[in-house]
Amino acid sequence: MNISTEVWIWVSALLTLAIYSYLYRDNPVYKFAEYLFVGLAAGYYFTIYYRNTLIPNLIDPILAGPKDLNYFWYIVPIGLSILLLSRFVPSISWLSRWPIGFMVGAFAGLAIIGNAQGDLISQVQANLLPLVDPDSVTGFNNASGIGGKLLGILWMFGNILLIVGLITTLIFFFFSLEHKGPVGATAKVGVYFLMLSFGASFGFTVMSRISLLLERLRFLYGDWLGFTIVR
Amino acid sequence: MDWMQRLEKLDRRIIFVIMLIAVSIPVLVRLDMPIPSSKEVDDYYETIEKLPDGSVVFFPADFDPGSVAELEPMMRSALTHLWRKNCKIVCFTLWDTGPGIVDAILRDMAGKMNKEYGTDYVFLGFKAGREVIMVQIANSISGVFPQDYSGKPTKDLPLMQQVDKLTDTKLIVNISAGYPGTKEWVQQVRTRYAVPMLSGCTGVSAPEYYPYYQSGQLSGLLGGLGGAAKYEARVGVKGDATAGMPAQSMGHLAVIALILMGNVLYVVNKKKAGAR
Repeated sequence: MNISTEVWIWVSALLTLAIYSYLYRDNPVYKFAEYLFVGLAAGYYFTIYYRNTLIPNLIDPILAGPKDLNYFWYIVPIGLSILLLSRFVPSISWLSRWPIGFMVGAFAGLAIIGNAQGDLISQVQANLLPLVDPDSVTGFNNASGIGGKLLGILWMFGNILLIVGLITTLIFFFFSLEHKGPVGATAKVGVYFLMLSFGASFGFTVMSRISLLLERLRFLYGDWLGFTIVR
Repeated sequence: MDWMQRLEKLDRRIIFVIMLIAVSIPVLVRLDMPIPSSKEVDDYYETIEKLPDGSVVFFPADFDPGSVAELEPMMRSALTHLWRKNCKIVCFTLWDTGPGIVDAILRDMAGKMNKEYGTDYVFLGFKAGREVIMVQIANSISGVFPQDYSGKPTKDLPLMQQVDKLTDTKLIVNISAGYPGTKEWVQQVRTRYAVPMLSGCTGVSAPEYYPYYQSGQLSGLLGGLGGAAKYEARVGVKGDATAGMPAQSMGHLAVIALILMGNVLYVVNKKKAGAR
């Protein structure tokens, strides 16, 4: 054990422990760390947006003076930004709706195009599959041993499983027919597919959270307390 | 209340202690475990392997210090793999809390692999605008980033004199912690410009991105620390992901044991209550 003598390692370690103290119960040490983080984050955000976006993309080009007619386009973002600040003056705060409307419109337009071309069309195309993948038949024929043949059979059922899962899940979300009889039974199969996907998501979430804990423990044991940790 | 009922209402703090012990032991004691690969990781590896030497790669590193545990090992392995092939890297981030950590990783890896800033890689820093920036940067990188992270004019960097738009590059390698990230790059850029794309993402977002891999919109996918460890094994690097796998597995075993115990106790106690 060779405990760290670096001030920032100690600050980082003590703040980590302060945040983890919430696991026991809410307490003033946790609150202190939380407020400190919020304050620092607010200052950091202001600085980085000013330095990385406002200066190079707006202030510097304006100060450089006009080179062509495109220079005058900068009036638009400046004007909209000033209108956004009108929220601080109640009598003219309605003016801020224009830049907000511009932003909502632009982002909604991009999101619609992105969802349509990136998700809807591409995913529908990707699910227009043969019931049995020809490669899986070749894979089954070439497989050796019982284990190999079993895997080959599972591979052959892959597309069928995907298509059944897709259709039954879509039927579960189809609310124009009452979920009774064959529709109800199909929707119930869809629920099982949904449960499987929730299980997979939960598994991945557990993996993520353990990774976060692991990284902090490696820092606390290794960098702070100076234990030899497994590399 | 008998001991089984008490166990069912176990204090959550005891569960935290169990998790702490389960994850701590493999951090301090070596427990080697095999790391078998998977198809999405093999495809990730092969996509980079098939790149012509010296290709320019678009590298949006969209993450923050909160997801460093999972994504830093991926980024380091991807940089190792790309630089072994002498690829040129155009890196930036759309996460406001990202530039500090991304810059530190790039500098460290460039130092280890003798890569020179400006010719082998550039880091353009952060820009606000999310999807709008994705669409704009596909048309003009220097238009969106007139300066790099250190404030140098982008057009003065030798690498940026060779490339100025997405289609000048051979591959998109995205490291993604959430929004904006892989989903938005696929929606706004990958589909529109048909440049092959790889994603390394947090475990939480991986299930959302598997359909993109299945549809071919992603050529390969690394999900969480597990994906990072498998990729390290393929690249031949023993990094933090590989070292973390035993702890990850112990944590998973503890969660499985607790779920099983909770279910058994629930059924047993319900039967007892019914018998009364």
